[in-house]
Amino acid sequence: MKRRFLMFWTVDAPAGCRWHTADRVLRRRSDTASAGKRLQKYIRKGVDMVTQKITRLLEIAMPQFAESIVEATIGKWLKKPGDRIEEYEPICEIISEKVTAEVPSTVSGRFHEIYVDEGQTVPVGSVICTIEVADEAGILSGNQPAAGSHPEFRGGDRPASSASPDASMRSRISPVVRRLADEHGIDLSQVEGTGIGGRITRRDVLNVIESSSAPVRSSGLLTKPAKTVEVVSEARIANDREYILDVNHVRAAIASKMRQSVTEIPHAWTMIEADVTNLVNLRNKLKDEFMRKEGVNLTYLAFVLKAVVNAIKDYPIMNSVWAVDKIIIKKDINISLAVGTEDAVYVPVIRNADQKNIAGLAREIDELTKKARAGKLKPEDMTGGTFTVNNTGSFGSILSYPIINYPQAANFTFEAIVKRPVVINDMIAVRSMVNLCLSLDHRILDGVVCGRFLQRVKENLESYGPDTKLY
Amino acid sequence: MAVMTYIQAITSAMREEMERDDRVFVLGEDVGVKGGVFGATKGLQERFGELRVLDTPLAESAIAGVAIGAAMYGMRPIAEMQYADFMLPATNQIINEAAKIRYRSNNDWNCPVVIRAPFGGGIFGGPYHSQCPESVFFGTPGLKIVAPATPYDAKGLLIAAIRDEDPVIYFEHKKCYQMIVGEVPDGEYVVPIGKADLKRKGTDITVISYGLTLHFALQAAEELAAEEGIEAHVLDLRTIQPLDREAILEAAKLTGKVLIIHEDNKTGGVGAEVAAIIAEELLYDLDAPIRRLCGYDVPAMPISPPMEKFFMLNKDKVKTAMRELALY
Repeated sequence: MKRRFLMFWTVDAPAGCRWHTADRVLRRRSDTASAGKRLQKYIRKGVDMVTQKITRLLEIAMPQFAESIVEATIGKWLKKPGDRIEEYEPICEIISEKVTAEVPSTVSGRFHEIYVDEGQTVPVGSVICTIEVADEAGILSGNQPAAGSHPEFRGGDRPASSASPDASMRSRISPVVRRLADEHGIDLSQVEGTGIGGRITRRDVLNVIESSSAPVRSSGLLTKPAKTVEVVSEARIANDREYILDVNHVRAAIASKMRQSVTEIPHAWTMIEADVTNLVNLRNKLKDEFMRKEGVNLTYLAFVLKAVVNAIKDYPIMNSVWAVDKIIIKKDINISLAVGTEDAVYVPVIRNADQKNIAGLAREIDELTKKARAGKLKPEDMTGGTFTVNNTGSFGSILSYPIINYPQAANFTFEAIVKRPVVINDMIAVRSMVNLCLSLDHRILDGVVCGRFLQRVKENLESYGPDTKLY
Repeated sequence: MAVMTYIQAITSAMREEMERDDRVFVLGEDVGVKGGVFGATKGLQERFGELRVLDTPLAESAIAGVAIGAAMYGMRPIAEMQYADFMLPATNQIINEAAKIRYRSNNDWNCPVVIRAPFGGGIFGGPYHSQCPESVFFGTPGLKIVAPATPYDAKGLLIAAIRDEDPVIYFEHKKCYQMIVGEVPDGEYVVPIGKADLKRKGTDITVISYGLTLHFALQAAEELAAEEGIEAHVLDLRTIQPLDREAILEAAKLTGKVLIIHEDNKTGGVGAEVAAIIAEELLYDLDAPIRRLCGYDVPAMPISPPMEKFFMLNKDKVKTAMRELALY
């Protein structure tokens, strides 16, 4: 009987390492034919016990991206150790005498270690960094791991503890769950499964979709923890009591515009509240079909824009510019839409918003938002606005005092929709209420006209109902 | 609005059509003098006479054949098979003749015959008084097959069947005759053949059924909603052939979880076709495997009362299956 020898490290033993032989497994049963299979199971069990997956380190070498290049300098690392990397995502910029380029990653994984610092020059072909990649199959099929790494798992003497409840069905993703998750970009590993065996059901995914889109919350209650924003990603450490964030050109531009606006325009502010219960019902009724037909989210913002634009048509002075001895009233209604990204606010413009219907506005909002978040806005996308609308409610605000976008006359915000008890006909009802705030240039506008304008917006919003047409 | 039993609705449909149209007549065993072994044709012979309510010999093939001939000649016969179990001798007439007449004569001839047959068990009838033979005729193009579950549908579908220009097999569940009572409008109305009916709206599971089992599904749905908050979306097929594809797909798509229930045995039953249609069109809308709850695949329903109870579906079996699917 041939002894099968397989050796692997354990890391827990006090001596530093121990050699196991597979013999111990084999000796339990005399049947060697199935020992191979049991051994695989044994190894797999070891794999599962530790980190759920085995990883290996992949070395990335300095590429030769032009014929005559023999060495190059690392210009800037775009990723740091611990960052998640997608295949083809750039990981660093390299400079050589002829050209500056980005090095894309060839795999998806986690950035492990930098071998060459910024500013250092190394020959083509030397290792510049390592990336950790998942590799369950590699170990079991006996692939050689990359140099400088060891698969880590313990010997199988300890039984795998299963303190967690039965999750045997968690990986059984049904076709509709897969489709809905893909359509709405939901990460299923974050979804709780309420079906048998922990299965993620269609209802579970739908709940996630409902709760993640424009939530209408009970007043004040924090339903889910706020997403933490990585502010200090580019911070340098000055000393141990301070971080320094360099001001990039976007932030500098925002700063100067804000300064100009606040210094030159005398701001006044007013607010009104609107009952949007019918709008909420309408949108919930239409959004799935709209997504199916148009492939675009039907957000509340589209309805709000339509309401605002119609109100501007009735009160054209809202769409004007102060010119010292005259007030220039603009005929084109170009709505500046404030879009917040992780680090800045961009204000792309929806031109001639009054000529678009709700469906068209929804589509345009979606396009501009995507471009803004991807950093693809061109300068011409951001000029020519005559009135600003800001959906501050999307990050939970119920009251805002926006700064007017110089040289416009007003800045309108749509706050969060909150369910509140209100009095209707001397009875208490629970309605979805929303605050609408307006900052105005008090040289051009004053309380009366703005009050009327807001009233008109409120009327328009409250008139949405089951008969509202999107097209 | 009148409230009447399922069987009264059937009688009233026949009476109204016979009054409206002279060409309509009834033939079958014991339909005339006796008024039918269940009383389905009670009072008709007194009202319309011997020539329009005919007692036939015990010969199903002849009953069907005579009806088919009369229909081709311009009459509107309603042929009654005393029990659906006895339809089998008439199968050749129904499948090879009635179903093919329009097609094989290139529209020169048609056969507007209605063949009524009580099917289903629950009356301690045993092997030859309890069968559900719809799967024998299902899948034969040229035939329409209906199986109403409520008095409203029973009357409306029978009137539609009588007025239909082509052969219709009308299965009435014998257990429903006296047990199911419902509202029936007073005026003239028709339930279109080929349209299913949503009997209950829900959000958690879709139940598709016909005949007696539909009532079990509805009762179980009420209990599950009240006790466990499970809302079932219940679709009554009403017409077995042609199946209302749109209604089936729409109902299945709503929840992604489908349970098909019928008393006929599982293999080769109507449920298999419904499941295939759903699987073919809605793969990416399914949240669970399509389930069928049907009669056992045994040659006959037992005649011993406890064994019949064991064989037949009931509200509790249906409720268990519905709950399991909802929790899946």
